[in-house]
Amino acid sequence: MVYFFQNFLNALQWGSFYALIALGYSMVYGILMLFNFAHGDVFMTGAYIGLGTALFFTMIFSSGAVSVVPGWIILVLTILSSMALASILGMIIERIGYRPLRNAPRASAAITGLMIGIILETGNLAILGAQRFSFPSIIDTVTWEAGGIFFTNKKILIVAVALFLMAALHVFIKKTKWGMAMRAMSYDPLAVPLMGVSVNIVAPMTFAIGSGLAAAAGVLYSMAYPVLDPMMGVNLGWKAFVAAILGGRGSIMGAALAGFILGFIEIFVAMIFPSTLRDLIAYSIILAILTFRPYGFFGQAHSAQLRL
Amino acid sequence: MDKLLHIEKMSHSFGGLQAVQNFSLEIGAGEIVGLIGPNGAGKTTVFNLITGVYKPVSGRVMLRGRDIAGEQPHTIASLGIGRTFQNLLLWRHMNVLDHVKIAHYSQVTYGLAGAFFGTPRRNRQEREIEQTSMELLKRFRVDHFALLPVGSLPYGAQRRVEIARAMATRPRLLLLDEPTAGMTPDELKEMIGIIKGIHADYGVAILLIEHRMKFVMELCSRIVTLVFGEIIAEGAPMEIRNNPKVIEAYLGREDIT
Repeated sequence: MVYFFQNFLNALQWGSFYALIALGYSMVYGILMLFNFAHGDVFMTGAYIGLGTALFFTMIFSSGAVSVVPGWIILVLTILSSMALASILGMIIERIGYRPLRNAPRASAAITGLMIGIILETGNLAILGAQRFSFPSIIDTVTWEAGGIFFTNKKILIVAVALFLMAALHVFIKKTKWGMAMRAMSYDPLAVPLMGVSVNIVAPMTFAIGSGLAAAAGVLYSMAYPVLDPMMGVNLGWKAFVAAILGGRGSIMGAALAGFILGFIEIFVAMIFPSTLRDLIAYSIILAILTFRPYGFFGQAHSAQLRL
Repeated sequence: MDKLLHIEKMSHSFGGLQAVQNFSLEIGAGEIVGLIGPNGAGKTTVFNLITGVYKPVSGRVMLRGRDIAGEQPHTIASLGIGRTFQNLLLWRHMNVLDHVKIAHYSQVTYGLAGAFFGTPRRNRQEREIEQTSMELLKRFRVDHFALLPVGSLPYGAQRRVEIARAMATRPRLLLLDEPTAGMTPDELKEMIGIIKGIHADYGVAILLIEHRMKFVMELCSRIVTLVFGEIIAEGAPMEIRNNPKVIEAYLGREDIT
């Protein structure tokens, strides 16, 4: 039982990464009817941006070897600045990668994402070289024990930040005028300009938000697994894509929920079976789920509109 | 300059097809003008050129003295031109009230903080928008559908929602593309009443494409007839009705050879 709860906590953390990344896939699909296959690499780039900003803030706030501000302030600054910078990256990707192809065949726009992904990976290699970087431990790990279950402050923080960001996204889409414009655009982009809203504001905004969330996932992931690698976004990105489909295209709630479900399936499969069989069994289960629910948990047959 | 809309020799072609040729039209503030013509005459293309969906190859489109030819659709919409579509362009799964609320987009001034923390300013603005939206829905007799998804409404009611949404952007000129298509005679009569009502209350100018002569005759002070992209006749409803060129375009020539 203790073992179960320990893994439950691990699955929550693991699912947080999937959920945050899956949201970006689903939002962009809901609005532009295309999957941004560069999204996994935006997550990777976000982690690297996080590395850069973490080192930067550690440097400017330290005198000698001692930091003059508490670690959590540096962490908050790192997350916020990485999200902001990755949002700009997302807008650039939309501007040069997708906007010129908005009326092109869907297949062309789909491979744009793959190419941008490769550019981000190899660009990273070209600039930073092949060596791996380790993410600084911004805050000290504190471990608590309750009834045999070990909690670390980082694990709790990761899950809390992820849930907070999802709640913020929910409010944004539900209550702000931009969120409403996003929903309208996902229903029918042609009618949006009639309301005096430019598609060329709503689309980049969607990319910016999705990329910001992916960057947050990147920083949080690096806190838990502090070795950065230019290919780290490929595997995780594809799996988060699976979560977006499993949740139902365009569904915010679905993407978040499916991200956590994916985390749970993976962790609990590994609990029972040898870890080499983890993905084989986990993704066979997901294949079976999709056979019975081909549109995902919250998906609909004929629409993929952005919804909460 | 006192004209609301002044189109001067607007032309457009798709590849080799001359869709609209030397189209000139003036619409004064508060005027109702009908645009008629056989299928494929280019009526909807004229709407698309005015609203910025297409950029005219040549000619000028002056809205209150400003040339809007080639501007982006959202800019033209915010300058005061609203429109509806022949095939309805609604967000089918969104409810009726939200349709009209979204149309108030440009009037919303509260920002992120307002939305997240529910500031008094946000609450006041949202309340006002909801109130004006409901008034508009009542005027179009769709208020009892307010919380239903638009796709579930009867066809005539969907058309009225589309016009209500266009009116919510507070246009000075409203372009209606076949507002009575697919309507029953009763709905048609109701629509005439509604259009007369919004015209009287808001003083909005209307340019409408229509096939039902009864409707055009009753509402329009002036009618423009378009055939193969060119204006062949313009004038008062009775003149147009008896114009031999118009009759020929609609019914064909009586060739006895």
